[in-house]
Amino acid sequence: MPSNFDRNLTREDLMRRRASFLQRIHVDGQLLFLLMLIAGTGLFVLYSASGKDWGMVTRQAISFGVGILGMIVIAQFEPRFMARWVPIAYVAGLCLLGAVLLAGHDAKGAQRWINIPGVIRFQPSEFMKLIVPMMVASYMGRRALPPRLKNIVIALALVLMPFGLILIQPDLGTSLLIIVSGGFVLFMAGLQWRWIMGAVTAVVPIAIGMWFFVMREYQKQRVLTFLDPESDPLGSGWNIIQSKAAIGSGGVYGKGWLQGTQSHLDFLPESHTDFIIAVLGEEFGLVGICLLLLLYLLLVARGLVITAKAQSLFGKLMAGTITLTFFIYVFINIGMVSGLLPVVGVPLPFISYGGTSMVSLLAGFGVMMSIHTHRKWIAQG
Amino acid sequence: MASPIRLKDHERDARVVRARIWVGALLVLILVSVLFARLYHLQVTQYEHHSTLSESNRVHLLSIPPSRGLIFDRNGKIIADNRASFSLTLTRERAGSDWPTLLDDVVEVLALTPSERRLFEKRVRQGRRPFEPVPFIFNLTEEQIARIAVNQYRLPGIEVQANLVRYYPFKEHFAHSVGYVGRINEQELKQLDPVNYSGTHHIGKTGIEYFYEDQLHGEVGYEEVETNARGRVMRVLKRTDPTPGADLHLYMDADLQEVAEQALGGRRGAVVAIEPSTGGILALVSQPGYDPNLFVTGISFGAYAELRDSIDRPLFNRVLRGSYPPGSTIKPIVALAGLDSGVITPQSRVFDPGFYKLPNVKHLYRNWNRTGDGWVDVNMAIYRSNDTYFYDLAHKLGIDRLADYMKAFGLGQRVSVDLSREESEGLVPSRQWKRAVRNQSWYPGETLIAGIGQGYMLSTPMQLAQATAVLANRGQWVRPRMVRTLQDQALVVDDTPPDVSIKDPQNWDRVIAGMENVLHFPRGTAYRVGSTAAYRMAGKSGTAQVVAIRQGEKYDRTKINERHRDHALFIAFAPVDAPRIAVAVMVENGESGSGVAAPVVKKIIDAWLLNAEGQVKETTGKVEYFPPPPPVEEAHAQ
Repeated sequence: MPSNFDRNLTREDLMRRRASFLQRIHVDGQLLFLLMLIAGTGLFVLYSASGKDWGMVTRQAISFGVGILGMIVIAQFEPRFMARWVPIAYVAGLCLLGAVLLAGHDAKGAQRWINIPGVIRFQPSEFMKLIVPMMVASYMGRRALPPRLKNIVIALALVLMPFGLILIQPDLGTSLLIIVSGGFVLFMAGLQWRWIMGAVTAVVPIAIGMWFFVMREYQKQRVLTFLDPESDPLGSGWNIIQSKAAIGSGGVYGKGWLQGTQSHLDFLPESHTDFIIAVLGEEFGLVGICLLLLLYLLLVARGLVITAKAQSLFGKLMAGTITLTFFIYVFINIGMVSGLLPVVGVPLPFISYGGTSMVSLLAGFGVMMSIHTHRKWIAQG
Repeated sequence: MASPIRLKDHERDARVVRARIWVGALLVLILVSVLFARLYHLQVTQYEHHSTLSESNRVHLLSIPPSRGLIFDRNGKIIADNRASFSLTLTRERAGSDWPTLLDDVVEVLALTPSERRLFEKRVRQGRRPFEPVPFIFNLTEEQIARIAVNQYRLPGIEVQANLVRYYPFKEHFAHSVGYVGRINEQELKQLDPVNYSGTHHIGKTGIEYFYEDQLHGEVGYEEVETNARGRVMRVLKRTDPTPGADLHLYMDADLQEVAEQALGGRRGAVVAIEPSTGGILALVSQPGYDPNLFVTGISFGAYAELRDSIDRPLFNRVLRGSYPPGSTIKPIVALAGLDSGVITPQSRVFDPGFYKLPNVKHLYRNWNRTGDGWVDVNMAIYRSNDTYFYDLAHKLGIDRLADYMKAFGLGQRVSVDLSREESEGLVPSRQWKRAVRNQSWYPGETLIAGIGQGYMLSTPMQLAQATAVLANRGQWVRPRMVRTLQDQALVVDDTPPDVSIKDPQNWDRVIAGMENVLHFPRGTAYRVGSTAAYRMAGKSGTAQVVAIRQGEKYDRTKINERHRDHALFIAFAPVDAPRIAVAVMVENGESGSGVAAPVVKKIIDAWLLNAEGQVKETTGKVEYFPPPPPVEEAHAQ
């Protein structure tokens, strides 16, 4: 009887072996492929948006490479390991946030950075974007679903502490994203609809009360400008008016690569960072944006499949949260640039120029890959 | 009550999460549809609109700077006005990438120098927003405008722009109180709201212009205009008018200000006159002054150096920043401190042999009158300005109690409401201060010197005027202020120091009686000035030493450099029973408080209280003319 050792390798075997190579380094091929496709598109658009600046494109590509390496490193850890040790990271993160408030490095009027000269310089709040939902997922993962009131309260406390610390930095955008990601964990954990509805209905009277009794005139004015930037056309409204004109003038097929007048004549501020989608819209039109949206949708679909297949409850909650949070980034950014949402500084994932956002997003996908590739063999197939 | 133990049910967990995955997927699809609908709306439905905006060289926003609020004196005379001025602007986007050669052309057309050209280039580079015309030459003359017009065909992107620019019709008269505006510098640019100042090139630098910058500036307006490819404005799509800055009405009286300046008679010095009931500053003189109009459009380096390096220091605000020993002018306060703390009584007397001697100390502390005044009580000590009496009193009070009373009257702190950012604090020395700053212990002799306002003690003329006003108000505090109404709203001040309250209110009358005698009693130091007054006034003279005189040496004016002679001080308020004005005067190197400074004070009080016939007016400083808000004018691009 021929043993396995002297069997000739068939084409199918080779395919399996290649798959198993990715499997061995704990990388999900489909996710990796989609990520590279989106990042490639991003570099392509960035070349135009930056005014043909090769240096910028190279730096962005390097950030992506570093991010991918980080992702692979994170994917090596078992989800169980993460769930067990995340409380330490969480507490450390809270301490760092406190340290930022006390001795943070001031950048543009807000204290967000920790800076040890010559060693490291980073934003603890960026790190907490991943750690907070992981902490909540780790907590909920050991409880029965759907969560009971006590569990909800504790989970909320876990979210609100870092939220408060980041809010007073002040960094409204990041603190809201932390709330959103914490909320998604509860949502995935089957938070009862009556609570969800209750939270939504509670926001309205609180907002109205704040408006009439707490806020001063200038604060109201700022909120109004925030909600309707076009009322302030020289300030934040300038960006919106210009980005709408950029997107709108692209039409269905766009003006063509490197042909966007709005961005190339410096009308569009931040055209290579938060507002980069306007360049895409101007140069590639509705078709271009829809293709990008399709890539994002495929990524989200793959994320939801991984969520469904995850074996542990922690894995399910985490994968679902990362996927939905990722989508919310996309939605907020495009909504903001197209004048649908107020302007908050949220970059477009993998397209906007910036290393920090790139690396922290890929870290999230590292967790997702770890969840998918550390399953017991019996379940894979 | 034991709660039921819930076992972990993995099947149930998986079911819950799976249901939520479907909900999440649905949510994602809905939101993507929303985005798609929005993009469809922008790129297909509104394509024509946006395409026009983007193609025909689009829509530009021109900011329209608000006109700066005007400043009036109490009778409606304009102290700070806005006048039209022409400047040359360059729009980089219209000039194209070789705009530096365009600057060369401008320099050639107007026959200017290369160093000026460098300055222009620097100014143009400071442009902030695309298609913003950046002004780089100001105050164009008729001839320059004509030359530009003739050569306009070869100067694309260069335009003559009319702006409203600050103008101070009274020139140097209000330079030290109202201050001036100047061009925004790079440091200020970082602090400013970039939106509200997008069309503004000037900002308040000193005085009232500086303190009320936010109110005077107003809110920027803007115009959304459509331009053709060459940058010409084709039509205005939308316009939001700027909100002009608030007008300020001051307590100051331009006529009284002029009287005060003339009374100083060209000498270096400072005058502050305050209305005690309102704290309103009626006149504020710091001589010599300078023409604030020089600073508005940018003073030349040479002219500035001349002002800065002048030995008379015209840029130095003597009223707010000049710190001088208050000299004998603080004696009324020291006397009040003695009476209130029970160290002396109205009757207690001290014998003055012409000097005072501390036990076991050789040093003789001399009275200004070397022969001595004999037995002296508190009333006489004030009107004779007897140093010996106050050495004794200060010794009994001790420096710490003395310092507390000085501070209660406003010495050693910034007192005014709206000039406070420029005020010096002065100095009221105490044991604690000397330990902290000099790391030395306090010597008893220093208390004596402090008792006659010499030594470490320093005060500004503003503080002396305020201390006089507090005396006139019998302890009630009203902080000095320049602005009476701001856009017809009265000024609100919420951090007035506590009133000076003393145990026996009669002591106010005793001290004020002493001050009255300074001017109206034949042996009073300023009797020569007071005897001619048509009203009763209370005052006190003082001399501030500029250089110390050694023991046993006599002050001999002929031996001393003119700039080292003593400063003459005088404070006064009038009428005594219902004070309407409190004045502090400092004449630099004037030597004699009662001889030089007191006549200045009297001229100012005369001008305020007396009518043309030389009789005391029923009311003073009543604002009869209150101007209606001036018509709104705007400065913007043509």
